[in-house]
Amino acid sequence: MAAYIIRRLISGFIILALVTLFVFFVMRLLPGDPLIIFMGRSVSSGNMSMEQLENMRAEYGLDKPIMVQYLNWIKGIFHGDLGTSIHYHEKVGRLMLERFPITLHLDIFSLFIGTFLGVMLGIAAAIRRGTWVDTLATGFANIGITIPVFWLGVVLMYTLGLKLRLLPIAGYTSPFDDFWMSTRQAIMPVICLSITSMAVIARQMRSSMLEVIKQDYVRTAWSKGLKERVIIFRHVLKNSLIPIVTLLGLAIGIVVGGSVLVETVFAIPGVGRLLVDSIFAQDYVVIQSSILIIATIIIVVNLLVDISYGWLDPRIRYS
Amino acid sequence: MSVLLDVKNLTTQFNTEAGIVKAVNDVSFQLNEQEIIGLVGESGCGKSVSQLSVMQLISAPGKITNGEVNFEGRNLLDYESNSDEMRAIRGGKIAMIFQEPMTSLNPTLTIGRQLTEMLELHLNMTKEAARERAVELLKQVGISGAESRLDDYPHNFSGGMRQRVMIAIGLSCNPRILIADEPTTALDVTTQAQLLELMKDMVSKYNASLVIVTHNLGVVARYAHRIYIMYAGNIVESGTTEEIFANPQHPYTKGLLKCIPRLDEEKGRKLVPIEGLPPNLINMKSSCAFAPRCSERLERCLTEAAPPLRDIGNGHYVGCFEK
Ligand SMILES: Nc1ncnc2c1ncn2[C@@H]1O[C@H](COP(=O)(O)OP(=O)(O)OP(=O)(O)O)[C@@H](O)[C@H]1O
Ligand SMILES: [Mg+2]
Repeated sequence: MAAYIIRRLISGFIILALVTLFVFFVMRLLPGDPLIIFMGRSVSSGNMSMEQLENMRAEYGLDKPIMVQYLNWIKGIFHGDLGTSIHYHEKVGRLMLERFPITLHLDIFSLFIGTFLGVMLGIAAAIRRGTWVDTLATGFANIGITIPVFWLGVVLMYTLGLKLRLLPIAGYTSPFDDFWMSTRQAIMPVICLSITSMAVIARQMRSSMLEVIKQDYVRTAWSKGLKERVIIFRHVLKNSLIPIVTLLGLAIGIVVGGSVLVETVFAIPGVGRLLVDSIFAQDYVVIQSSILIIATIIIVVNLLVDISYGWLDPRIRYS
Repeated sequence: MSVLLDVKNLTTQFNTEAGIVKAVNDVSFQLNEQEIIGLVGESGCGKSVSQLSVMQLISAPGKITNGEVNFEGRNLLDYESNSDEMRAIRGGKIAMIFQEPMTSLNPTLTIGRQLTEMLELHLNMTKEAARERAVELLKQVGISGAESRLDDYPHNFSGGMRQRVMIAIGLSCNPRILIADEPTTALDVTTQAQLLELMKDMVSKYNASLVIVTHNLGVVARYAHRIYIMYAGNIVESGTTEEIFANPQHPYTKGLLKCIPRLDEEKGRKLVPIEGLPPNLINMKSSCAFAPRCSERLERCLTEAAPPLRDIGNGHYVGCFEK
């Protein structure tokens, strides 16, 4: 087990190294210059001379050869310094510290809700197969998979927020500052973030339960005289969850990817929004670091997911 | 000997898209106290379905459309299949062991849990008491190091061992009846013999009765007191094991006997399989289902329905025209 984890960590490390290479060089290949964009914004306040521009370029180390820039970035990471944002004039580390908890809050919430509701919906559809419960759940899951998150966000905002005035239209408040407000503001973003993964999980859960229900050991469980509830929860559920675990890795990708859209729609100052703003500003340093952090999270979570397999399925041995 | 289980006119059908499958057709059989009976027939003739019907373990599209299952003074078919009464019978009074040892145990639960859940349910045992009893049961079915094996998962056991565990589970709540549905079919010959011997010892130890379902007459010869021969959803012949072997009446039974090797036979006898295949049970004709394969077929067999079981003495019954 320990050997397995170490091996996974090493391979995760290699993947991260490739990610750094990829984002760094692809960003530089794109046309445009962050300094000129930055300058364009400050043009109104005064004119920046060519000299000032070159000074800034040197200040951010952007005058050095590209390989050196890359190595400097990597070196910085190992020293806990992710670089300085051109656009915000701030250390990327500090920016992240402000924004990361917000994304984490919403994403974890969404992942939890999406998984829980997805599993429940799948169970309901499977054990009431062919009834209206099944039809409703399956229909809902199909809508959830196809619905564009961006569109859903706008529709929710318009109906629940603007017309019915049930929920705040947008924004974010930390649960530690005002729990009630925070929760109300989180509802619509969480619906948008969780709906796709919930739908995917519900469909998989339904079909995997229907598969497990046919198994011989479930017939054995019936022959023991157990209650239906016990059979479902003790004998069927754990076995049906095994394929769901694989989907969790995918669900995390969906939720994190969705954050970019949802945070933009709902004006939430999280990492997703930061990423979008930085892309518009061509703020290399922030983009690189955000993507690196997101990649790290996805790799770590996938490792945790794979480890949890062993808990669900005793046949799995890590070697 | 008093009758323990009296099944009368049991009929079970599956409503499939292709038509109605008459899997079990007007089947009657009896099981006495502490008796071992064999239910024998080719694959697909309704053996499993008939036994699952007794336990009310038939799920859609299957339906028990007629009959009685009389047990301890009650007709079990009067109960809803998921009623508390029926669940108390299942596992508590009538237990079943299935054909596939490799897949009949839950891969994600320990052997111990699969044993104790039943003891806790039917005998209201505490967790500790159930665990102790489980160890004892595993010892009785010949699993060495029972204590430590309780926390193992099924994949740590061989097929034969798993079937031993199934026997332990089956007998754990002192049922009156154990139904073993082809318990040894998937195993090698030596293991088969050991398991049958074990089952026989265990049911006599627990004063239970045993139904051995098999497609091999040879398997039941040594153990069963009486034998029921089943063909295409019907019982076609029944009698004591001696009668069936010494004096088979139905051409199907004779056919089955011709394809098992015997120790007491004259040298040079050939093993002959019965020609043809069992009929498809969908939308069957009313004439005798075995007639097309029958070597002793009469004119009327192809047009008339097979006669009901006829008493020919010595507790021997046959469902074929008198010749
Ligand atoms: N769920 C089902 N749907 C439709 N038909 C079924 C179903 N289950 C069983 N049958 C039919 O019922 C008939 C009897 O099946 P059963 O399983 O009782 O046979 P069996 O005698 O136990 O055979 P085997 O030796 O292969 O176990 C078969 O023809 C089968 O096709
Ligand atoms: Mg069978």
